[in-house]
Amino acid sequence: MGAETEYGIHAPGTQEFNATWLSAQVVHAYSRETSHRASAGGETRWDYTDEDPLADARGWSMPRAAADPSQLTDSEPILTAAQIALEGGDVGDHGWNTGAPMMNMVLGNGARLYVDHAHPEYSSPEVSNPLDAVRWDAAGDLVALAAVRRIAATPGMPGINLYKNNTDNKSVSYGSHENYLMPRSVPFKDIVSGLTAFFVTRALMCGAGRVGRGQDGSGLGFQLSQRADFFEAEVGLETTIRRPIINTRDEPHATATKYRRLHVIIGDANLCQVSNFLKFGTTALVLDMIEHGSAPMIEFADPVATLQAVSHDWELKELHLLNNGELVSALEVQWRYLHAAKEHCATNGSSHPETGDGHSAQVLAKWEEVLTALGEDPMSLAGQLEWVAKLNLLQQYRLRDTMDWDDPRLGLIDLQWSDIRPEKGLYYKLLAHGRIERMVSDESIAAAVLQPPTDTRAYFRGRCIQNFGPHVVGASWDSVIFELPQQRSLQRVSTKEPLRGTEALTGDLFRTHTELPDFLAALLAGGN
Amino acid sequence: MASQEQKNVSSRAEEEHVDELPVPTPAPDSAAAQVATSGLDDLLDEIDGVLEVNAEEFVRGFVQKGGQ
Repeated sequence: MGAETEYGIHAPGTQEFNATWLSAQVVHAYSRETSHRASAGGETRWDYTDEDPLADARGWSMPRAAADPSQLTDSEPILTAAQIALEGGDVGDHGWNTGAPMMNMVLGNGARLYVDHAHPEYSSPEVSNPLDAVRWDAAGDLVALAAVRRIAATPGMPGINLYKNNTDNKSVSYGSHENYLMPRSVPFKDIVSGLTAFFVTRALMCGAGRVGRGQDGSGLGFQLSQRADFFEAEVGLETTIRRPIINTRDEPHATATKYRRLHVIIGDANLCQVSNFLKFGTTALVLDMIEHGSAPMIEFADPVATLQAVSHDWELKELHLLNNGELVSALEVQWRYLHAAKEHCATNGSSHPETGDGHSAQVLAKWEEVLTALGEDPMSLAGQLEWVAKLNLLQQYRLRDTMDWDDPRLGLIDLQWSDIRPEKGLYYKLLAHGRIERMVSDESIAAAVLQPPTDTRAYFRGRCIQNFGPHVVGASWDSVIFELPQQRSLQRVSTKEPLRGTEALTGDLFRTHTELPDFLAALLAGGN
Repeated sequence: MASQEQKNVSSRAEEEHVDELPVPTPAPDSAAAQVATSGLDDLLDEIDGVLEVNAEEFVRGFVQKGGQ
């Protein structure tokens, strides 16, 4: 699994800079920050060979001419010189920008940092479990922070703030996506029928909280989710328009006959680790149930409307209509999924304390703890769930200063909650005061900025960047491309198997062969 | 303090469609709740000091281009 975070980007006090240009500065700043990339002298180009954003998991491809331009993510974004000049790119007097702005980097921890549309995006390396998903996603926030610090220390550059949120409350939303590896053999219709009701109610645990309702935020009040109001369809290929609850983009980034990558676009970006952990952990369990035919069958009469109703109902009072005529609460739907998951994991042994997979038991326990508390006293979760933590802070302010929901300071608290700078971000203020539960240590997050997970192919990618960065001319999720010294041709190493390229399989190669030609010779001779 | 500017500007009586929010009352036996709400006043004072100075203008200026 893996996480993608698009950060909100803002240069306070000025509108003269283009968002894409600002985002490129973030990538550029991080390249200046990391010595191993600086030694490479430039960006790692993305290998678009295996990108196929118009492939639909339902079995067809959208014609290119019919696609919205924002869907064509398989070609290099280009900032033209004219656009740069127009958008105030004249900050080159400080040795900062030489040549075209950097749009893409592959990092030594196996992640990708790049400009996606008009936002900087960190795509985490592939991880094998939800706790690592939390860790390497949080590492992205430190990557973004390092870039912001670097820009702030650069004379002539505008100050740039980054926000780990999903809307500007003015009709625009940007995503935080999850990716899950699944066997190709699972019929897509089973994914839709097994997953939709779960996604419609999942914000109870992993919503980040939002002040305002409707896409433009003009409706008064609080809601659980940043993203819910931006969804307009049940199933579809798009991610930027007519957003669907279940996204059908079918780019496996792996052996296509064996795997699919389920691209989940409905989630909020999370700073709270418990919410983030439950987001990845419970979703992975539900997908495993779907794969094995043990997911509960729950169908809402109107999934899109219910998604939004659930998000708006922060007091957890409403009931929602199912196709069979039953009225249920969102919490009840989550309980049904939890009961099914407990049985599923007990049957296959994955939640066994000694012989299990080491994380399912923790997910199930946390899931149950949180659902129980949501039923008894939701505010008791202010140290765990992100929407409750944010709501609790907002309520304290409303109580102290007698504010209504249209008070701009509440909007500011919502926004500044997600400022990634610890001295400004309100989430970080609560964390520093011990009011938010950690699930992974600060030390391990800092280590994840530099090191890849050891148990997926991200290990191979990350170590290639660390060891041979100057010779890596391109990379993608399923390839690394080397330029050998004194050779005209490039060497492309395919990494189509997500669970190969691990430390167990390639660690010795990296340790033994410190020179690239030796390394490649050993690798291609059958090392892996 | 920035918070003074907005105090009492809007009247609750005029906002009948706004949800009436109960003050959170954590159960006394909930450790998590104790952690969450006890002594938040000090924290609010600290947060007052880091909030961007002109809330209305700052929030209005945060305009994003489209994303996924």
